[in-house]
Amino acid sequence: MAKGRKMSNYIKLIALGLVTLFAMIGTNYARDLAYQVHAIIVMIVAGGLFLYTLRGTDEPKRAVAGVENEYFDSVIRAGAIATAFWGVVGFLAGTFIAFQLAFPVLNFEWAEGFANFGRLRPLHTSAVIFAFGGNALIATSFYVVQRTSAARLWGGNLAWFVFWGYQLFIVLAATGYLLGGTQSKEYAEPEWYVDLWLTIVWVAYLAIFLGTIIKRKEPHIYVANWFYLSFIVTVAMLHLINNMTIPVSIWGSKSVIVWPGVQDAMIQWWYGHNAVGFFLTAGFLGMMYYFIPKQAERPVFSYKLSIIHFWALIFLYIWAGPHHLHYTALPDWASTLGMVMSVILWMPSWGGMINGLMTLSGAWDKLRTDPVIRMMVISLGFYGMSTFEGPMMSIRAVNSLSHYTDWTIGHVHSGALGWNGMITFGALYYLVPALWKRESLYSLRLVSWHFWLATLGIILYAASMWVTGIMEGLMWREVDANGFLVNSFADTVAAKFPMYVVRGLGGVMFLAGSIIMCYNLWMTVRKAPAKEASLSVPVPAE
Amino acid sequence: MELYTLLRQFADSWMLLFLFTFFIGVIVWAFRPGSTKAYQDTANIPFRHDDAPAPSQGQPAANKEARA
Repeated sequence: MAKGRKMSNYIKLIALGLVTLFAMIGTNYARDLAYQVHAIIVMIVAGGLFLYTLRGTDEPKRAVAGVENEYFDSVIRAGAIATAFWGVVGFLAGTFIAFQLAFPVLNFEWAEGFANFGRLRPLHTSAVIFAFGGNALIATSFYVVQRTSAARLWGGNLAWFVFWGYQLFIVLAATGYLLGGTQSKEYAEPEWYVDLWLTIVWVAYLAIFLGTIIKRKEPHIYVANWFYLSFIVTVAMLHLINNMTIPVSIWGSKSVIVWPGVQDAMIQWWYGHNAVGFFLTAGFLGMMYYFIPKQAERPVFSYKLSIIHFWALIFLYIWAGPHHLHYTALPDWASTLGMVMSVILWMPSWGGMINGLMTLSGAWDKLRTDPVIRMMVISLGFYGMSTFEGPMMSIRAVNSLSHYTDWTIGHVHSGALGWNGMITFGALYYLVPALWKRESLYSLRLVSWHFWLATLGIILYAASMWVTGIMEGLMWREVDANGFLVNSFADTVAAKFPMYVVRGLGGVMFLAGSIIMCYNLWMTVRKAPAKEASLSVPVPAE
Repeated sequence: MELYTLLRQFADSWMLLFLFTFFIGVIVWAFRPGSTKAYQDTANIPFRHDDAPAPSQGQPAANKEARA
């Protein structure tokens, strides 16, 4: 055993040493700035890990026996912190770029090429989707799969590799965007070497999740795990196929995609929409199916419905992508297929929403007393709203008005802020006291403040985007008696100004709410009384 | 036959039939006799092992039957 550990330490040292060396060479030969900065980051990380491993070599390790009868929660605690942190970063970036659109002067002269809207926008989207949402998904999936399998996480410290590996991916992606290292595919911007790294991390994540399910002690796989698993597997498939690129040079970030023309566009939106479908929907539905029953203290309304919900959702979502490509070079039959599937998708979406909402039947009074459950319920409300709005916008005739306008952005945000944001906040409010073994949250009043700030923020956001989106859609298609277009593009930009300010204010409110949450969670860990019952059980040091 | 045509024909015949039958099968399975009782137990999984994993009894293979 000890010899095996020693051996694996030497292999680790060799690998880390080689990576460090390669990164050093990369720093020297780098063809562009993004690659060079990334090589330096990789060099520091790998070099640091090399020293860390070296210091630990031949040191006696503490025994890890008996750990099988405890849950592996330390990595989930780190995940909860990372979720809250990246959430604030992502909301801040979003609020800032919202004001950049309203007040172009905020695209500072001195930061041109690094912090203008075009560079910050992917930083915002990836920060909220992949950093905030991704960390929330990884942390909650680790929590849920252990509790519903009645088994400790499989793979030991591999979970820490997934956590830190994912943070490294986020840092590489974010710095890459600012420095121009992007393959210009929406929501899949990271370049080839960052994609390769994410693939490694993701395979480890899948192995941990599957390994835990395989060694479960419950005979049945609880429905939340089905959703999480479909999220992990599908995202892996989407990621691989949409990132089939050939690097121009091993010393540069630029790469070329193997898919030609419209096939590339179709694959990109097959990816893009299923990032919504499986990352932002299936994964978060996994959260819903665990945390809403837990917070409501009653089992899910209908388990049968949850099974049908699962299969209907994953069978239908995968076809919806072509609705992003109406009136393009994509054949009509394909965009019609996407449109029809998007409309059918309305049914499983609302089936799931009803299943979640009805879980509260007989416990609706909790809405008055428990702001956390209020948060979860309003997330389902926004989920229902945006999954009605989405199918409607996918209809070709509606899309001809809504496409390329701010309506789309409003739709995305009512889903992302309302559904993903609110259910994650609810899950964090549940998780933090549970993970740090606290009796309750520090302050329910602050949760209420967060709830109202976030809700009103989203309403300001969505309402202003409806107005400005429909307005600019109508302005773009307005023709005079002779058939000439009435408005120039700049006319629509000028007309949108007041709505842009309102949208920015909505963002400020949402951001303020999330900062209140961070304070509340921090104080919960610091100040809230420890849970009495758990004191008799030794708290695992891990 | 061209690969595209072959895949296209397979997709809108046998694969369509398979996916459709599978889906109908899932619904029938969910509503099978006795499922209500079985799912009552399943739906309560989140309320069973909040603080620690189920204790191991004997070989890992036997664990799945431990909580009958």
